[in-house]
Amino acid sequence: MNVPTSPNATRLIVIGNGMVGHHLIEQLVALGAHRQYAITVFGEERHLAYDRVHLSEYFSGRDADSLALSNADYYAEHGIELRLHEAVTVIDRNAAEVVTDHARYPYDRLVLATGSYPFVPPIPGNEREKCLVYRTLDDLDAIRDAAADANTGVVVGGGLLGLEAANALRGLDLDTAVVEFAPRLMPMQVDAEGGALLREKIEALGVQVLTGRATQRIEDGETSFHRMVFQDDKVLETDLIVFSAGIRPRDQLARDCALEIGERGGIVIDDHCLTSDPAILAVGEVALWQESIFGLVAPGYQMAKAAAATLTEGDTTFSGADMSTKLKLLGVDVGAIGDAHGERTPGARTFRYLDEIKQEYRKLVVSSDAKKLLGAMLVGDNASYDTLMQYYANGLELPEDPASLILPSSDGAPTLGPDALPETATICSCHNVTKGDICTTLDAGALDLASVKGETKASTGCGGCAALLKSVVDHELEARGVEVDQSLCEHFAHTRQELYSIVRVEGIKTFSELIDKHGTSSGHDLGASSAPKLGSSSSPKLGCDICKPAVASILAACFNEPITDAAHVPLQDTNDTFMANMQKNGTYSVVPRIPGGEVTPEKLIVLGEVGKKYGLYTKITGGQRVDLFGAQLHQLPDIWGELIEAGFETGHAYGKATRTVKSCVGSTWCRYGVQDSVGMAIYLEERYKGLRSPHKLKFAVSGCTRECAEAQSKDVGVIATENGWNLYVCGNGGMRPRHGELFATDLDDAQLIRTIDRFLMFYIRTADRLQRTSVWRENLEGGLDYLKNVVLDDSLGLGDELEAQMQHIIDTYECEWANTLSDPEKLKRFRTFVNDDSPDPDIIVTEERGQLRPA
Amino acid sequence: MSTATVATPTMTQTWQTLCSRADLVTRSGVAAWLASADTQVALLYLPGQTPEVYAVDNHDPFSNANVIARGIVGDIQGEPVIASPIYKQHFRLADGVCVEDENVRLRTWEVKIEGDDVMIRA
Repeated sequence: MNVPTSPNATRLIVIGNGMVGHHLIEQLVALGAHRQYAITVFGEERHLAYDRVHLSEYFSGRDADSLALSNADYYAEHGIELRLHEAVTVIDRNAAEVVTDHARYPYDRLVLATGSYPFVPPIPGNEREKCLVYRTLDDLDAIRDAAADANTGVVVGGGLLGLEAANALRGLDLDTAVVEFAPRLMPMQVDAEGGALLREKIEALGVQVLTGRATQRIEDGETSFHRMVFQDDKVLETDLIVFSAGIRPRDQLARDCALEIGERGGIVIDDHCLTSDPAILAVGEVALWQESIFGLVAPGYQMAKAAAATLTEGDTTFSGADMSTKLKLLGVDVGAIGDAHGERTPGARTFRYLDEIKQEYRKLVVSSDAKKLLGAMLVGDNASYDTLMQYYANGLELPEDPASLILPSSDGAPTLGPDALPETATICSCHNVTKGDICTTLDAGALDLASVKGETKASTGCGGCAALLKSVVDHELEARGVEVDQSLCEHFAHTRQELYSIVRVEGIKTFSELIDKHGTSSGHDLGASSAPKLGSSSSPKLGCDICKPAVASILAACFNEPITDAAHVPLQDTNDTFMANMQKNGTYSVVPRIPGGEVTPEKLIVLGEVGKKYGLYTKITGGQRVDLFGAQLHQLPDIWGELIEAGFETGHAYGKATRTVKSCVGSTWCRYGVQDSVGMAIYLEERYKGLRSPHKLKFAVSGCTRECAEAQSKDVGVIATENGWNLYVCGNGGMRPRHGELFATDLDDAQLIRTIDRFLMFYIRTADRLQRTSVWRENLEGGLDYLKNVVLDDSLGLGDELEAQMQHIIDTYECEWANTLSDPEKLKRFRTFVNDDSPDPDIIVTEERGQLRPA
Repeated sequence: MSTATVATPTMTQTWQTLCSRADLVTRSGVAAWLASADTQVALLYLPGQTPEVYAVDNHDPFSNANVIARGIVGDIQGEPVIASPIYKQHFRLADGVCVEDENVRLRTWEVKIEGDDVMIRA
């Protein structure tokens, strides 16, 4: 599906396929520039652009594919030539060509996005074996190889990148130490008090911290591979050293072809990202704008946007970038806004709050009249970051007592109402979306959060602004008179979550009781006509096909009474009513449970025999089970009688409920397996079978990192590690695929089960109707961090309750088909006609590939 | 797609017993074979309402499958309806008209319960 470019199209070459280089391509494609230019991209690494920000997760379960920002198809689809593993060695400006080991390539326009390289301090011995750097996936592979027979590791550098590297070493189970030259950690972001607190928190994780240490030399160790000798002749022995002491621009190509370079490196660019040669642009960490290098991804993206505009004659320019950052390093929140040290503005005043018990430190830097926020520093808790950032970025006047912004309050972090923000307030800094942009989108007809996200891309980068975006959108919609109607349907003016709470708190066990007590009066008050309808008092309150199944699911998740009981059966969708999946001709398919996909030959033979006897079309499902199609209503009890006789149970393929736990064969057979994935899959499936939820639930368990069970595309994915299990949540296949997110690592069996119990019950409590975990997660205010707080740290104190509730479901499990077969009253429904034993005469089948299918 | 036509009462129509009250399912539906018309009907039972039982075509004109009786009974603005279990269109029980497309309607029959007998006029 190549995009045709005319043969004499302008040739654009991009050197570098890192995060910024890739973002540039995306910007160009968005502007349609791939039709105007013949684009060639060179990447020195083997890998396509990947997420360097989350590189340390490479050792905690993520692989190169899941870190990738794109795929080769994307480039091919847009007609962009991608030459990976091919380094440009020379830029020949006279001939307007770039040179690699393979060939010379002519260009009309050229963009340098070569990024930076790690700075290695000039310490004697720094070139020894097992002295490594931390920048690329190849670097990480080298670190992993070196760590194989190492027990200890040292990171030289206690800044942002150094702590990231330390996290990576911990991920490799090394006893880790950090050596920093400055007197404190993260000297750029935090002050002495903040640094001390940060140090305490990091040491509590078992990472040794040495500050104010200058390494003099590295030599052979006595007990370990290396010995580091410091200025005071003190020594530290370690098996592995990683240098992560800052970055330097990779500007050699530019130097060699005599582009203008800054005094301390970096290719000089103007507001259009143009270098001293107007045919050549530079973006990202290699570029020097007004004597500054920007070592963060967001400014790099802004440069990419400006460069794309320059190449397409657009208006966007680069006008500097705010270096405020919100980080989570080794699990510790660190935030720095603006002039966090208060050293750039004369007369600046500070407010400081330090809590040594909770280990939180917050500092405000304000103007001399205490009206404007100049900067802020946060350690241990970033909850107030977003609000402070808005004060800072928009120059808003501070409240009378600015200290209230950092003092603990009973209501949690103070937030700035969306109405207080000016139109120019940046809501999403990744995609540079202002409140004004959001209002424009709403005025143009967007009516909900999802369409605002789609139009503006707001909150689709790091996602840190999700809560703020939602409050702005809700507030603006309300201001426009759009009522954000959360009603489930005309019969209930409640959300699913509210109904769930009502059912639990009041112990309501039937739909009739719920609609009598909490339903809207006959649905009329939401109707178009305000005139009272004659005889409305006798109008039925029946509910509808929205609220009935939703309430049925809530009742099942709370009390787990059989859905076939007389009070519940009218609520169910047809699939649940008849415990089979209706197909297009009105017949059903039958899917017995096969936990973990493990089935004995004897049981497999029974499935074959049943299929044969009833003339059922037979197919293997994606969830490692067998689906038998074409059963008429009256045949279902006979079929199930035979299946239950053979030891099968219902598979809930018809329900918004636990479906399957897919597994690979695991350590019992596979030479790569590190845990018994089949055993765990069967355990999980037996545990959660019958659990009803807002939507279907799919699980998988893989026995090693090769991930043959595709667990990362499931609601709950479990991947074996040498030490236990890594848990992924909220993945999805289907129409909108979503990678599961790594939720917790190296759990033992009991921890894994407890975590899944809590996660599932929290989802069941809080999701909307028919909302898969993936969409729920994307709409969850506070995102993954919040979910981790609730489930792993029990921040809401709900843990015991969630577990108890799950235990109730497990204790009350009963096979619905077995229950039905034992009750003649329930079986009466399973008749094609209540007054005639004939089958449905309109069901006509034909043969195809040796099986029957609807004609 | 076929469009069902409304049954117009003719002189030949009489009340006949179709099934028993015990065959019905409260607030839900069952299908019955109507031999005299060589067709199948969906019987929806709403005890406590007036009327308490409805009969409409079991044939769903949108999917061409005989499934209406297996849909969910509910109401829209107080008007009793049944939702097709296949593509979820709603049909008014009183006159069979499809809420989403008023050109499509199910046939309806008069039904009543006498003692234990469910009677239909056909």
